[in-house]
Amino acid sequence: MAELREELKEKLIEQLSLEDVEASEIGDDDPLFGDGLGLDSIDALELIVLLEKDYGIKLKDPKEGKAIFESISVMADYISKHRTK
Amino acid sequence: MSDCFINGIASISAQPTTDPNTFLDEIIHYQESIFKAHDPNYKEYIKPAAMRRMSKSVKMGVTASSIALNNSGVEIPDAIITGTGMGCKQDSEKFLENILHNDEQFLTPTLFIQSTHNTVGGQIALGLGCKAYNVTYVQGSASFESSVMDAKLMLSEEPEKNILVGGIDEVAKNSTMLHKLDGQIKADPIDVINLLKSNTPGTVTSEGSTFMVLGANKVERSIAKIVDIETISRGGIEDVSIAITSLIARHNMKIDDLDAVVLGNNGDINFDLYYKNLQNSVFSETEQLCYKHLTGDYPVASGFGFWLGCKIFETNNAPDILKVNDITAKKYENILLYNQYLGKNHSIVLLQRC
Repeated sequence: MAELREELKEKLIEQLSLEDVEASEIGDDDPLFGDGLGLDSIDALELIVLLEKDYGIKLKDPKEGKAIFESISVMADYISKHRTK
Repeated sequence: MSDCFINGIASISAQPTTDPNTFLDEIIHYQESIFKAHDPNYKEYIKPAAMRRMSKSVKMGVTASSIALNNSGVEIPDAIITGTGMGCKQDSEKFLENILHNDEQFLTPTLFIQSTHNTVGGQIALGLGCKAYNVTYVQGSASFESSVMDAKLMLSEEPEKNILVGGIDEVAKNSTMLHKLDGQIKADPIDVINLLKSNTPGTVTSEGSTFMVLGANKVERSIAKIVDIETISRGGIEDVSIAITSLIARHNMKIDDLDAVVLGNNGDINFDLYYKNLQNSVFSETEQLCYKHLTGDYPVASGFGFWLGCKIFETNNAPDILKVNDITAKKYENILLYNQYLGKNHSIVLLQRC
């Protein structure tokens, strides 16, 4: 799981062009949206695509993302349970 | 038609041109036919959270517009009008590459949003919170001038407005290379400073952005008056000469009243004839200035000519690096800009010092 969390941090930085952020600066339980990493609604769409492309997880309802993208830990947990690739 | 004054201007180009205290004092020499803009510190003008999704053209446009607005003292313009020849090429290419690599699946929103021609105008508006008129003109090498013409029309109807007008074009990996394949860009690397003497087909290309704040009323910060502007979609060498003479005459002036001409010579032996004809005839007794051996050519490079005119008015000096004949004006009150690309989209602009 720790490996997946680190992988997700790297993917977030690359996919969302978080140029000034290091993977080590993202806490496992830091909120990704709002006061935490400060992601926005466009980032949420990027993350939905990332889930499908890299892990084979297709969210039927985009609103599900709100809970899944709460933090790196929550994301990693969801991916490990639902991934198809 | 009401008057039109440039009340603030800024330009980002392949040369260091954002420091208000210098005027081409330091020249960067390029040795290739495709080169990038000299980047200012974008972080001084754009918040990191906003900048992370911005391609080069958006960064250049937002920064140049920010400096121009600051120079003019206008915080929120009453209209934003942009011009671009090719738009946001970098993100367009990334978007198309993603389509190909992912078999038209998994397309992300950011690149799509950022790949349209009006992305820069939209990003400037978002950053300023400006919900006013926002239009982008795509008219080849007359894109910048088309934007200025729209602003002039708007000012003639609503003279109280302050209008942000600008142009942006960027270099991109694939589409810029296509212009090398079709011969628009010189085949071999070149010492760009000698571009105007190259005597070979094609030119060199780069990227940049110029923004101005225009108003109908002369204010303390006014730098220049745009006395007239005209574009000609297609025209022969003689047509251009006639158009320039007619434009000057419209304002009860003679060619002798021009203190300098800023010409868009780009070193393409096939199309510099348009300029050389003027240089050897109507402008033979006028100071002649060129700039594309410093900036390269790109669709809105002519915006740099506006910036040059304004800097010359401000400093009452034209740097030697621009001069292509032996005539030096005693003063700079009237400057004419002329530009064309591939014999198309000619633009003629008459600037007058404020």
